[in-house]
Amino acid sequence: MTTAEKVSGAVRPAVAARPATRARGRAERSRGASVALHATLVAACLVALFPIAFILLVSIRGESGWTAPLEMTGFTLSNYAHVLGDTEFLTWMLNSIAIAGGTMLVGVLISASAGYALSRMRFPGHAPLMWTFLVCQMFPVAVLIVPLYNILGALGLLDSHGGLILTYCSVSVPFCAWMLKGYFDTIPTEIDESGRVDGLTPFGTFWRLIMPLARPGLAVTAFYTFLTAWGEVAFASQFMSSETKYTLAVGLQTFVGPHRAEWGLLTASSVLIMVPAGLLFFFAQRHLVAGLTAGGTKG
Amino acid sequence: MSTLTARTGRSFTTHWYAWAMVLPVVVVLAVLVGYPLGRGVYLSFTDADEVNIGRTIGDFSVPATYQFVGLDNYWNILSGQEGSFYPRLMWTAVWTASCVFLHYTIGLGLALLLNRPMRGRSLYRVLLILPWSVPAFVAAFAWKLMYNTDNGVFNELLGKIGMGPVDWLGDPFVQKLSVIAVNTWLGVPFMMLAILGGLQSIPRELHEAAEMDGATPWQRFWSVTMPGLRPVSSTIVLLGTIWTFNMFPVIYLVIGQAGGTESEILVTYAYRLAFQGVRDYAGSAAYGIVILSLLLVFSVFYRGMLKRQEAAK
Repeated sequence: MTTAEKVSGAVRPAVAARPATRARGRAERSRGASVALHATLVAACLVALFPIAFILLVSIRGESGWTAPLEMTGFTLSNYAHVLGDTEFLTWMLNSIAIAGGTMLVGVLISASAGYALSRMRFPGHAPLMWTFLVCQMFPVAVLIVPLYNILGALGLLDSHGGLILTYCSVSVPFCAWMLKGYFDTIPTEIDESGRVDGLTPFGTFWRLIMPLARPGLAVTAFYTFLTAWGEVAFASQFMSSETKYTLAVGLQTFVGPHRAEWGLLTASSVLIMVPAGLLFFFAQRHLVAGLTAGGTKG
Repeated sequence: MSTLTARTGRSFTTHWYAWAMVLPVVVVLAVLVGYPLGRGVYLSFTDADEVNIGRTIGDFSVPATYQFVGLDNYWNILSGQEGSFYPRLMWTAVWTASCVFLHYTIGLGLALLLNRPMRGRSLYRVLLILPWSVPAFVAAFAWKLMYNTDNGVFNELLGKIGMGPVDWLGDPFVQKLSVIAVNTWLGVPFMMLAILGGLQSIPRELHEAAEMDGATPWQRFWSVTMPGLRPVSSTIVLLGTIWTFNMFPVIYLVIGQAGGTESEILVTYAYRLAFQGVRDYAGSAAYGIVILSLLLVFSVFYRGMLKRQEAAK
């Protein structure tokens, strides 16, 4: 049992003791329970934040700041200047954005209609298709990487954005279809019926009525797809061989390897990667929860 | 035969709409997954490696000379001759079980806490999901730096309280604990958010009714909260298991490159087979198929188990 649960166990009796002390509302707790609750959450937050804060600290302490992690001296932004000025970091960033963005667009556009059909229509092939989507989530990199490497090589698509986007679509298309099917399930079927009464074709219903309503679900699905492609390491490391084509996941590996330990560069670029992502999460988090419970749980 | 055509014709007229709508996905899957998978299966029955696979260098093409060897690759792996399958499998199972267990219990605990009305709730929630916004490769490097034996922050902190340095990434056992910690840090926010969503969908009246009937908090947790979370839990545990089993970046970036083959899971091992030393394409493909089959068997059993539990109620 985790500490968190122990504490929650300790908190609950206080709530249950409500009838005895009528003055205290249902949601209120004794002072001790409150302290325990907040202490646990603060501790959990510290654990969650520590690595991020640590990276930030190391990144602003110059080239060799990482060798003395606990010292609080020598603050400088030289690592950032170095990363932005002397490395291909910005190129990698653009590559990553292009590839993850492309994967996201293709994935959502191709799979939306399938998600709708799976949600609203019963047809031969329904169950096998759902199973295929699930099985596609199970593919270990090792199954597809060798054949795809050979096929893309034969087509001359290795070391190109298009090739990597195609590769990522093998995961993102089934994932999007599965997520979107779950989201469409939460939209009441009365809306479809009203569309049909008004003389819309099933595709018209999907396109004119359901798609606009499904915007939050589409956004969440797109976001997850983007994240998956953004953080992918295995395929990108093998398929992209010239430095100007690297994605961030590959480029960062060149900073720290068997013969090199540029932790200053690595931490500075990590911060530059984390800041936009963190901001996005900050603003999107409410929708993320809603999307998860709508889409992710109704397999 | 004619009845069959008639039946197909009839089902086509009723279902062509649905089929047309799923067609793009089916085509993409056939081209991008089906065809490579078929080739992968075929390769796993051959002795293809870097040397004998066909290649085109400029205008010059080298024909493929690899041969069909039947089940040799699979026999090699499953009989234990090749020597690394069973140890890898054991560790992969331990890795998956402990990561998913930690993800789920910690995620559940935090979600239960966050589900109460209190001050600063949304701030806590934002802070707790931050690790999720960190891409796995960034997190892997961050932890690798913190684990550094001579200059890592953990050993510096241990030194401050007078304890000797720990070889976080060198010792095979500690190495394993270290990667589990990294993956736990990364995976808890997702579970926490999903469970939080599940908790909020449990009708409040159920809790109130149980309270009226005099159920203790512990009883309420087991007979209201946990059953209410079932749909969420079953999905995220299955997904979590699959994702952790195939977790590539954490293992590969934190220890894989240091040559710590001891703590490699099946996936990173198969990857290494394909792309390091003399590239053993066939062996790697066979490994891939074995991993996929393991996961398939697991999900079928898992789903079956859920169905049986459902029926027993």
